Amino acid sequence: MKRLFVLLMLLAGLSAAPVLAGDLGPVVPRASGKPHPEGNEFWRINHMLLMVHDRDQTMRLGNREVQASLAECVDCHAVKGADGAPVSAEDERHFCRTCHDYVAVKIDCFQCHNSRPEAPKQALRTPEPADMPGILAYLKEAGE
Amino acid sequence: MILPALNFPKKPADMNRRDFLKSGGAVATLALAPGVTLMAFGGQASAAADPGKRWGLLIDVNKCPSDCSACVSACKVENGWGNDKHAADHPEAAPQWIRKVSLTDKSTGREFALPVMCQHCENPPCVDVCPTNASFKRPDGIVLVDKHRCIGCRYCMMACPYKARSFVHEDVTDQKTHAPRGKGTVESCTLCVHRVDAGGAPACVEACNTTGNAAMLFGDLNDPDSEIAQALKAYPSVAIRDDLGLNPGVRYSNL
Ligand code: HEC
Ligand code: HEC
Ligand code: HEC
Repeated sequence: MKRLFVLLMLLAGLSAAPVLAGDLGPVVPRASGKPHPEGNEFWRINHMLLMVHDRDQTMRLGNREVQASLAECVDCHAVKGADGAPVSAEDERHFCRTCHDYVAVKIDCFQCHNSRPEAPKQALRTPEPADMPGILAYLKEAGE
Repeated sequence: MILPALNFPKKPADMNRRDFLKSGGAVATLALAPGVTLMAFGGQASAAADPGKRWGLLIDVNKCPSDCSACVSACKVENGWGNDKHAADHPEAAPQWIRKVSLTDKSTGREFALPVMCQHCENPPCVDVCPTNASFKRPDGIVLVDKHRCIGCRYCMMACPYKARSFVHEDVTDQKTHAPRGKGTVESCTLCVHRVDAGGAPACVEACNTTGNAAMLFGDLNDPDSEIAQALKAYPSVAIRDDLGLNPGVRYSNL
């Protein structure tokens, strides 16, 4: 919890003082599409929980109208390389790696999932607020 | 799993409603508020796997020539398997979601071939043996590997009487977005679940219809009006290894 708090402060500081961003923390590349209604701070803290929940929804129940779809993250959050094509997670500029490299988090998602959007670009949905109590209740149950 | 202590207001009423909506059923209510676009691949999209349905295939062996493998090629392209670097060195261990099996009737000399893939059993032995619940059957009868839970033990491969499952032995890159796959997990035919959820038909069936010989029918076995249910009612068909009592969702006619 303490770690999370420190991290939060770090990241909060980042958005408040963009000039110092390079020194203080990761520079998160800008995304396309509509921002998350819950705000960036919420997503920095909760993206992994949202994805676990929605992964189970999609994978096990066939519900594809979810908000935290990994296929869609890499679409809106694609970072273009020198050649104009989106970079893969092999590249340290990849959206997911900017923060993770900084805080030494390593995810295995891209061993299976493609870390680049697939052309042609999908129609981007308008993000809806996440139902956090529902998601937490679900994860609690799933974890037991 | 350790959850951070987040202090969100608990709103059980809200949660129940949403969970109910999300778990299927009330599709119309949930779907498509103004501005919400589905990530659609065309066709009618549904909110979730419908427990009232049972997806299945009917394959007419008479219409399936030995030298045609349109279904296999289409599956490879659709799901991005078949190009693994070292697979050719070990063909017996290569990934294989669908294959053509050639048979000869010894008494008559009749030679024929049929495509074999996951048979999407009603009582799947792969699900029984899985120690992590990775192997599971969706409410609509599609049998899948939840690769997030798969530890690669391969019990399911041993349990499957159809040899329908295979294992990814090496790193893979540039996967299809709708078909993630990676080293250390088991995989098999998903009945193109990403297409089915978008209201479409599996890639093999589509290819068989366009470039093959229209030997494959896909549909809801539970819907008496569906083309597949009508065909099953009208003509004799068999399930392979019917003696095992697994009640596969894939059936063959003229076998
Ligand atoms: C519809 C487009 C869209 C989708 C889909 C999307 N995002 Fe975002 N995301 C945004 C936008 C826009 C922002 C605002 C930040 C910005 O301006 O770049 C954002 C911000 C974020 C932030 C905060 C970044 C920061 O600067 O602190 C995180 C973390 C994040 N998204 C994670 C995800 C994850 C994980 C997924 C997939 C589950 C996802 N997003 C899907 C558009 C999207
Ligand atoms: C061993 C392979 C594998 C790994 C590793 C993996 N996934 Fe998946 N994932 C899959 C498969 C297969 C699907 C099902 C795809 C489908 O039916 O559309 C899937 C589906 C999903 C979905 C729902 C589809 C979508 O794109 O929204 C989410 C969300 C998801 N995974 C998140 C993750 C996250 C987050 C990680 C890393 C922590 C991860 N996965 C790691 C194989 C994997
Ligand atoms: C704004 C910074 C930021 C961005 C951008 C970001 N993450 Fe994270 N992510 C974190 C932090 C920080 C943690 C570790 C949190 C902790 O340990 O408490 C984390 C943890 C995770 C975890 C859990 C890892 C574990 O081992 O527990 C997953 C999964 C994850 N992120 C997926 C993603 C994916 C996928 C993307 C890109 C779509 C992404 N993240 C983008 C900051 C970010």
